[in-house]
Amino acid sequence: MSKKTLQKKQLGRKTRRQIPEGQEEEFYRAGQWQLVWWKFRRHKLAQIAMVVLGILYFIAIFAEFVSPHDPLHRFKDYLSFPPTAIHIRDAEGRFHTPFVYGMKMGRDPNTFRPIYEENSSIIYPIGLFVRGDPYKLWGLIPSDVHLFGVGGGDEAMPLFLMGTDTIGRDVLSRIFYGARISLSVGLIGVAISFVLGLLLGGISGFFGGVVDEIIQRVIEVITTLPTIPLFMALAAALPREWPQLRIYFATTLILSILGWTGLARTVRGRLLSMREEDFVLAARLDGESEAAIIARYMIPGFLSYIIVSLTGSLPGMILGETSLSFLGIGLNPPTISWGVMLQDAQDIMNVAHYPWILWPVPVVVLAVLMFNFLGDGLRDAADPYVS
Amino acid sequence: MLAYIIQRIIRVIPQLLLISILAFIIIQLPPGDIVTRQIERLQASGVTVSEAQAQALIRQYGMDRPMYQRYLLWISNIITKFDFGYSYTFEKPVAQVIMERMGYTFAIALFAHIFTWTVAIPIGIYVAVKQYSIMDYIVTLVTFIGLAVPAFFLAMIIMYVALTKFGIRTGGLFSQEYMVLPWSWGKFVDLLKHMWLPIILLGTGGVAGTIRTMRAMMLDELRKQYVTVARAKGLSEFNVIVRYPTRLAINPILSSVMWLLPWLFSGGIILEIVLNLQTAGPALYAALRNQDMYMAGAYILITGALTAISAILSDVLLALSDPRIRFGGVEGA
Repeated sequence: MSKKTLQKKQLGRKTRRQIPEGQEEEFYRAGQWQLVWWKFRRHKLAQIAMVVLGILYFIAIFAEFVSPHDPLHRFKDYLSFPPTAIHIRDAEGRFHTPFVYGMKMGRDPNTFRPIYEENSSIIYPIGLFVRGDPYKLWGLIPSDVHLFGVGGGDEAMPLFLMGTDTIGRDVLSRIFYGARISLSVGLIGVAISFVLGLLLGGISGFFGGVVDEIIQRVIEVITTLPTIPLFMALAAALPREWPQLRIYFATTLILSILGWTGLARTVRGRLLSMREEDFVLAARLDGESEAAIIARYMIPGFLSYIIVSLTGSLPGMILGETSLSFLGIGLNPPTISWGVMLQDAQDIMNVAHYPWILWPVPVVVLAVLMFNFLGDGLRDAADPYVS
Repeated sequence: MLAYIIQRIIRVIPQLLLISILAFIIIQLPPGDIVTRQIERLQASGVTVSEAQAQALIRQYGMDRPMYQRYLLWISNIITKFDFGYSYTFEKPVAQVIMERMGYTFAIALFAHIFTWTVAIPIGIYVAVKQYSIMDYIVTLVTFIGLAVPAFFLAMIIMYVALTKFGIRTGGLFSQEYMVLPWSWGKFVDLLKHMWLPIILLGTGGVAGTIRTMRAMMLDELRKQYVTVARAKGLSEFNVIVRYPTRLAINPILSSVMWLLPWLFSGGIILEIVLNLQTAGPALYAALRNQDMYMAGAYILITGALTAISAILSDVLLALSDPRIRFGGVEGA
């Protein structure tokens, strides 16, 4: 009996309680991925994380539709507007579907800061699929239907669930659009790290010898470099006149420059240990080519480790983008990202008067936290044969 | 042993060389050369630059020579004269800017680290001993959140609360009135009044990770038989926990002391910028905003070198404590 099946048997004994009666047969016949999935299912936090991240990415993909407003629309009558209070009971005590009152902007006579007065005579119901700012979904499909908001054209009181910034743009809509940049930076960065790590780690582990030595030394040097100063220096060196799209890709590239080393080490380590495994020897004796051995037997063997390593590097990239953009040396307006939004919070007086501009903070923390949970769950599930 | 140390030092030399080349490449990265930008800057501030002055600048930066010679010029200036180049943002040599601020950077980072340990190690031990208790779950949850919250987020929230609830304007290292004064007792007290916040904030950043390491190590040790033996022999519970497993569990944290060196230098840059401290990090930031790259080169080179030195120190310490490494039984990674 091979080592693997033995372990599977032992795991079987331990997890039998989780397997419904009469399905043990199924457990023994399950493939690796089935086992990974079962093990992942036992990690509740990771599952919650997957749902939350799913929602976040859904919002990012359908930002135009989900946001109540155009993120660049400046509501001149609602500058630095506090988050709108939602009521279900009007002044006379009658119940309605959720609604907001109309608000009128005035100026504080001393500080000239905007202050708002509630006009409880008019109520504006919040509705689903209301018409608002026109947009083009993914730049293609024109529409003006938004998932939620206050309908009724320009006269109606707009809905600002998280308030507006100093020039009257809706914070919530900006967070939704910002998710597009902030959440995709991580994915693209991870994709670049993936290619670099797999390639260099693969070469290193497979060929060994001098090539391995050189790649390992380079990795050693890269891990020696200080992350934040290096990010800052590289980001600051980008030409100022570049278009934002190019800056975006350059920033992503910068973030993944340091990210690939961990993956390369994982891949190399796995390849080195797997080369000695019986099943590789068996494949070789069967006359399989080296390329086929790597592609068909070795890569599936450590794919789960790669996924774990990649998920682990996502939070760092999201935080990296946020930090750089916050400092003004990554992305800059008019691009919208969570870090760019926080640039307004650099002035603490701004935060003191309009604390709702800090909303991107909990959102970033939520995203990072969820990726950490997901990473934890995946790490536990990555090797389903170990209990 | 000596042979081992020498061997280790020799191995680090190419590494340092590579770091210095990378740092130099970063200096050269921004489009346009340094001299042109310097001249533009002078002209923008109303100074007319004559052809002769321009030529002098070109010679001073070695712009008339090929890249590798410029690199050699730069690196030899650093090694022989500790001259990292000139920062036009501060109108001072880079080395001087960094040295002036180094003391504060080190002090804050050092105290922050001490804060981290005094808070994290006892908590780590406690939750390991009381595994699966309510406290354990609470601490685990808090550390999870702690790992996801960067120190500068925390700083912004605390500054906001301090300002709106207590009317205190935090930030900076000195009050306005002491900023330019020479050192005195009053200025020192003023510094202490300002320093506790960055220390706690920076220290808090490390607490979550340290608690998790401590807890995991402690759980491994507590399962071992010698703990049972110690209990069986009638040692008090306090002695059982503190005298034996703690000593072993604390090892990885102690060996991370070595990594303190580079961390002291660049561990809390963003936090320092948010709090507007007179430390090295914000100086780097100010320089970078003007694409004043010599500062960045110096920063990366110094931190990289400190990391390399730390690695040697920790290897040597490891070799001292483990004869298998000293006599070459284990291949160094």
